[in-house]
Amino acid sequence: MEEEFRGGRPQLFDFITNGRDWSDKGGYGAAEEKNLELRLGLPGGEDWSAVQEKREHPAESAVSPGHIAKIPKSTNLSASSGAKRGCSDAVESKPEGTLADKTTFQQRHLQQQQLGFLQLQAKGKESLHRTSGSAGLQSPEGKVCGPHAAHASSTKNTTATHSTSQSRAAAAPVVGWPPIRSFRKNLAGTAKASAESPNRRSDAEKKLENDRKGLFVKINMDGIPIGRKVDLKACDSYEKLSLAVDELFRGLLMAAQMDPLAATTQSTKETHVIPGLLDRSGEYTLVYEDDEGDKMLVGDVPWDMFVSTAKRLRVLKSSDLCASSLSVASL
Amino acid sequence: MTYFPEEVVEHIFDFVGSHRDRNTVSTVCKAWYQVERLSRRTVFVGNCYAIRPERVMARFPGIKSLSVKGKPHFADFNLVPYDWGGFALPWIEAAARRCPGLEELRLKRMVVTDDGLELLARSFPNFKSLVLISCEGFSTDGLAAIATYCRGLRELDLQENEVEDHGCQWLSFFPDSCTSLVSLNFGCLKGEVNGGALERLVARCPNLRSLKLNRAVSVESLNKILARASHLVDLGTGSFAVDHRTDAYHTLMNSFPKFKSLRNLSGFWDASPCCLRAVYPVCTNLTVLNLSYAPAIQGDDLIKIICLCFKLQKLWVLDSIGDKGLAVVASTCKELQELRVFPCDIYGAGTTSVTEEGLLAVSSGCPKLNSLLYFCYQMTNAALITVAKNCPHFTRFRLCILDPGKPDPVTNQPLDEGFGAIVRSCKNLRRLSLSGLLTDQVFLYIGMYAEHLEMLSIAFAGDSDKGMIYVLNGCKNLRKLEIRDCPFGDIALLKNVAKYETMRSLWMSSCDITLGGCKALAAKMPRLNVEIINENEETDEFEENLSDLHKLEKIYVYRTVAGPRNDAPDFVWTL
Repeated sequence: MEEEFRGGRPQLFDFITNGRDWSDKGGYGAAEEKNLELRLGLPGGEDWSAVQEKREHPAESAVSPGHIAKIPKSTNLSASSGAKRGCSDAVESKPEGTLADKTTFQQRHLQQQQLGFLQLQAKGKESLHRTSGSAGLQSPEGKVCGPHAAHASSTKNTTATHSTSQSRAAAAPVVGWPPIRSFRKNLAGTAKASAESPNRRSDAEKKLENDRKGLFVKINMDGIPIGRKVDLKACDSYEKLSLAVDELFRGLLMAAQMDPLAATTQSTKETHVIPGLLDRSGEYTLVYEDDEGDKMLVGDVPWDMFVSTAKRLRVLKSSDLCASSLSVASL
Repeated sequence: MTYFPEEVVEHIFDFVGSHRDRNTVSTVCKAWYQVERLSRRTVFVGNCYAIRPERVMARFPGIKSLSVKGKPHFADFNLVPYDWGGFALPWIEAAARRCPGLEELRLKRMVVTDDGLELLARSFPNFKSLVLISCEGFSTDGLAAIATYCRGLRELDLQENEVEDHGCQWLSFFPDSCTSLVSLNFGCLKGEVNGGALERLVARCPNLRSLKLNRAVSVESLNKILARASHLVDLGTGSFAVDHRTDAYHTLMNSFPKFKSLRNLSGFWDASPCCLRAVYPVCTNLTVLNLSYAPAIQGDDLIKIICLCFKLQKLWVLDSIGDKGLAVVASTCKELQELRVFPCDIYGAGTTSVTEEGLLAVSSGCPKLNSLLYFCYQMTNAALITVAKNCPHFTRFRLCILDPGKPDPVTNQPLDEGFGAIVRSCKNLRRLSLSGLLTDQVFLYIGMYAEHLEMLSIAFAGDSDKGMIYVLNGCKNLRKLEIRDCPFGDIALLKNVAKYETMRSLWMSSCDITLGGCKALAAKMPRLNVEIINENEETDEFEENLSDLHKLEKIYVYRTVAGPRNDAPDFVWTL
């Protein structure tokens, strides 16, 4: 049985991991993974396995898209204290398959979200865009529900790795929570800002509207049967796109390569698993199909033009690149 | 009855008002079906994909009023992707072809286009009333078309829609001959409107009773309008912010006393405490007050206005009112039926908000309270049990504790007992939203006691499939069930599949439903559309390789006689 690693994750909670990788597994071979998974308390409690399975799925989507929002530094302290309580309770109490410690789905769910937030913080993702396309509701991407919070968090590019260091704030930013309409989320922010222009709110709302739309294009990679989608609107440059593609396929690649180094890599921002995507120096090259059906090398045209014409992306092995199958874009 | 001529039967049916009764009547025999369908004047379609528009128009050629709802409720919270569906155009087209006598159209959570609005405006010579709630996809150009072509328009009511701003002139398209307006609500528009056109329109519509302005309307403009509209019953004030040293402020202060008929007030977007004083003279007559768009009004100022409103029946506020303010509501507003308390600042820390104390006070002070939407940071079982005892008449009870999964802070217990008390005590409860730490037990209570429950919203609750099964097996009148982030899986989904045909719809997101489970459901129940909404992770190859164990992010299941819909985007699969 192999364990799949999805890039280096700092060991955040000493009292949880006991040296094992807490991170997500791919959704494939889920049944096998159950046996490997870390359990708090005695194994055999079916509630735990339910949680583990649940954890697999969102974690997968956590890494996939390129539109990971910046996580606000302040998250829910009660969630984190709940997490801590849950863990210590589970360690102390020893019932067989029952839930005597009263940690519930919600608390575990929030624990896992907490970890997700912190994992992504360590990666230092910068994108501020909130996109509607993300289906990862329980994905620990910490969707920021409005520009107000996004601005607040953008200045806090921290690698805080302990839940205890998170300051008390409102509830963690889960997508669609709290269940209020978007215009209400912005009310306080826009009132504090200058009350003159009514267009201020419309700008914020327009931004949300545009962000919501997203621009997803399919992307496939040689050797990987599962394709993905990447949100071009969430990237504003080729560099970001390259990072996003890297993120999308990293886990799958490492599964294929069984890279033992990946587990211990601390800094993930700088190391690309798929280097040289854009400069044709690496093992893989990024190409795209435009609206006329031609296959083009990514990076030749200005970014905006690329976004408006790219219909599909592909990561090819550079050795497979054939001059005749590509048209060279004229500048 | 069958010996009576049709005209007599039809006359008897005139007294059969409600949709449900008319539906029942139409199933008695063919003759009654015919009489009923030809005499039906109002049709309500709760799910636009449950039936094709042509079928509705063919069956009811004489309808004057049509209401259609589109997207699932969770679309309000951005859980439904932008282009999921819910298009109004097929309904407008079908009605235009078959039911030219249409006078009223009400759409909720649908995608309406400018073309659709223009078609609407041109197709129905007697058109009187357009109500759009939480819709999107149109601009002020569409509104201009309505203004231009709908002679005799009485009502244009736009509530919380996303409207693209293409300029301020749409109001000017109401011809000078238009004097029939009774209700005009454009509060959700973001852009400016032509002030002069607005004032002239108000001046020439003597029957205008309801006017709701948007935030862009200044106090200066409001003053001019108020001068011409003294018979208003319902007013949305616009921004309501002006420096107290100006003439406009003084005019405003003197504007309200003459409004003898004013009963509803809303708007107040940028209102300051100074300006709010202007409405004190009318407070004693108010039955509806909505201050939930006014974050600048803090607790004490809210209290000052509320203690004048002793006839209030419906109050919407922000949680800046605090428990103290709610105590004032409890002691003043003895007629209160509906209370909504919205969170003011969900990102900030340390702002005042409300707790279980406020709710307790209102429940004991307001005996007629039957509808509640309450956002707070904490709630206790003891409080809920007391609230249940105090207010057995709740028909709508929606409690949102902002921390998902938060237990009773005093006892550290889940809130099962509290919500259990609510469903046991409130025998007429039709709508319930749960929050806080909840186990399967609360669902056992709901299944056992909530006999009239029609809509249930669940988030971050439950321990196992049993929770959902209790609800599906128990609540006889359940129509809409929406679930997010709960550990309910295929076993729960498939336990009582026949139930879904008795319901309008089921939404589940971030639960433990797999593709295999949905396939099984679709196979067993051909008259359900089982929609899988898969935004991120599909390509054609992926679809083939997708294992039945694959967990699904979002599913939407609804009964339909129309089969799979033909307008689904490529990220929606109907099994």
